[in-house]
Amino acid sequence: MTQTLLVIGARSDIGIAVARAFAAKGFDVQLAARNAASLDSNRQDLVTRHGVTVTLHEVDALDLASHEGFVNELPALPDVVVCTVGAMGEQKDNETSVEAMATVLRSNFEGPASLFTVLANRMAARKSGALVGISSVAGERGRAANYVYGSAKAGFTAFLSGLRNRLTRDKTGVHVVTVLPGFVYTQMTQGMDLPAKLTAQPAEVAEAIVKAVEKQRDVIYVRPIWQGIMLAIRNIPEFQFKKMSI
Amino acid sequence: MKLAGWGRYPVADCAVVRPNDAEALDAALGGTRGDLIARGNGRAYGDSALNPAQTLDMRGFDRILGFDADSGQVVAEAGVLLADLIDVFLPRGWFPAVTPGTKFVSIGGAIASDVHGKNHHAHGSFGMFVDWIDVLGADGQVRRASRDHESDLFAWTVGGMGLTGVILRAAVRLTKVESGWIRQTMRPAPDLETAMELFEQGQGATYSVGWIDCLATGKAMGRSLVMLGEHARLDELGEAERQDRWVQKPKGKKAVPLDFPSFALNSLSVRAFNTLYYANGRRQAGASLIDYDSYFYPLDAILEWNRIYGRKGFAQFQCVIPLAASAAGLKALLGAIARSGQGSFLAVLKRMGAQDSRFSFPMEGYTLALDFPMRQDTPKLFAELETIAIDFGGRFYLAKDSLLTPERLRLSDARTAAFTRMRAASGAASRFQSLQSKRLAL
Repeated sequence: MTQTLLVIGARSDIGIAVARAFAAKGFDVQLAARNAASLDSNRQDLVTRHGVTVTLHEVDALDLASHEGFVNELPALPDVVVCTVGAMGEQKDNETSVEAMATVLRSNFEGPASLFTVLANRMAARKSGALVGISSVAGERGRAANYVYGSAKAGFTAFLSGLRNRLTRDKTGVHVVTVLPGFVYTQMTQGMDLPAKLTAQPAEVAEAIVKAVEKQRDVIYVRPIWQGIMLAIRNIPEFQFKKMSI
Repeated sequence: MKLAGWGRYPVADCAVVRPNDAEALDAALGGTRGDLIARGNGRAYGDSALNPAQTLDMRGFDRILGFDADSGQVVAEAGVLLADLIDVFLPRGWFPAVTPGTKFVSIGGAIASDVHGKNHHAHGSFGMFVDWIDVLGADGQVRRASRDHESDLFAWTVGGMGLTGVILRAAVRLTKVESGWIRQTMRPAPDLETAMELFEQGQGATYSVGWIDCLATGKAMGRSLVMLGEHARLDELGEAERQDRWVQKPKGKKAVPLDFPSFALNSLSVRAFNTLYYANGRRQAGASLIDYDSYFYPLDAILEWNRIYGRKGFAQFQCVIPLAASAAGLKALLGAIARSGQGSFLAVLKRMGAQDSRFSFPMEGYTLALDFPMRQDTPKLFAELETIAIDFGGRFYLAKDSLLTPERLRLSDARTAAFTRMRAASGAASRFQSLQSKRLAL
């Protein structure tokens, strides 16, 4: 039977790459985003390249009350969900405007957690499925440069960990994958001077996700080098860390 | 960021934006008034797709929008690569109707340069298989240009080096094939005269191309390996090829790990390579089946092969000489190249067919292309070669160019004046500029 992928945040570069990678494996695809109609060219692309069925769905991650309805409207409960929803904001704004800060917290944590809560319960009732959350290495330790974004991702990482624990303990057959991509060349990081060895292409992230779902991996760093880097960063004593600018 | 063409010369510090949909494109360009150039996958050799003020990276526009399996027409955004089209459509029995020597060109770039391939003598250039193009003009409007509507815009955009506007998407026809294999016939030619005879005899072949030893002198001047090719029919495949009809089995990719020091390519090493290559070709003379990748894109298998020329980069000289003057013109060019002792081992000779287009490179005759590592005296050598080509009525391929002067461009190509008039009249001249268009006063 044909399996179905739902991408939430399908406009993002990672979301598009994920849709392509799963469509190449024969998955039908549900693309969900705000202003979903504008994703029609992506729908055409997936249909033309892979001959799969693709549908577009309106979703607003920040509108929690709409999430049950959003899932109800899907043509089928998906087998795999990948959530790429997130926003970095400008750190300066996040420091000065509580509204900007709250939006970043809600976009990276509250919204995705709400969507996964609804989807996890449906999948648990069905006894199958995979939920893939795109979190961030920025969530492994709060840094002056992006601690609002980082703390929201830290929350989301902890949420995914706990959700995985619950769904496994209760033998629901639902698997949860936490993805920590490291740097990725995307619209969000456009113009940043990123080190090539640490920076992945969206397609590379997508391939890693396909593999993680197939092999039921729990937590993945897209580029293994990040595991060592974050281990080192986590182990810097706080009295030292607080004086550093990294 | 630091940006260059495939030849890695010149290098310029360019402000790059990379939108991936109409909204992001508006956001990137809407407020700007300066000049800009669109860039595809960076396979033009020189400065065609460099603009320090704003370079518009089109690779985010990589969607294939539709395919008509009756006509073979594919509609795709400008950043889709020929490699993508091959991946998607070869297993369905379709292949690009025209392909240059790399599959890593974008559709937008292929149209802007009006690239040609080994079948130019038979089928013409890439533009012959383009049905329409959506072009974002200087006024911010998107126009669909074809041979019937906005036909002037269409005619100038094909081969217009991105200087009429930004190519957003296009409808391109593919050609039907029965396999991903090519039936190749290799014929050694001990001198230029024989090589040209082989090309003239091969006019009926779908594909023809020659590798030419630019360092051979005397009686061996112009010695070449001429390779003819046909798409192999299913009943022409052997058992092994039939098992892999669409050439899907992955092959290894090699990458050049670092910049070669510039002394690695001297006339001795090139001479030795050429002698071995020619001898090897003679041994392999005759017919064989080879996969499309090895036939069309031998260099693509070596990722970043442009690094063998060292950090200073290289320039490619490519001209076409009209048929009647080809023999004499090529002889004069080969003489000058051999005297310089600088020819590279990547030298290509090709018979081109007739083509009547507004500003595209091809014309009926012979084209010669070869690389030179960038050195202090390289511009002087290019000037000498350009003067010879102009004397014989030849012209130059802007997709390869990084050294031509406005004077020599105009001496070689009388169409330039009409091109610049069109640019001035449409407003394109003040909006779409590359380092190349500025250098050549287009």
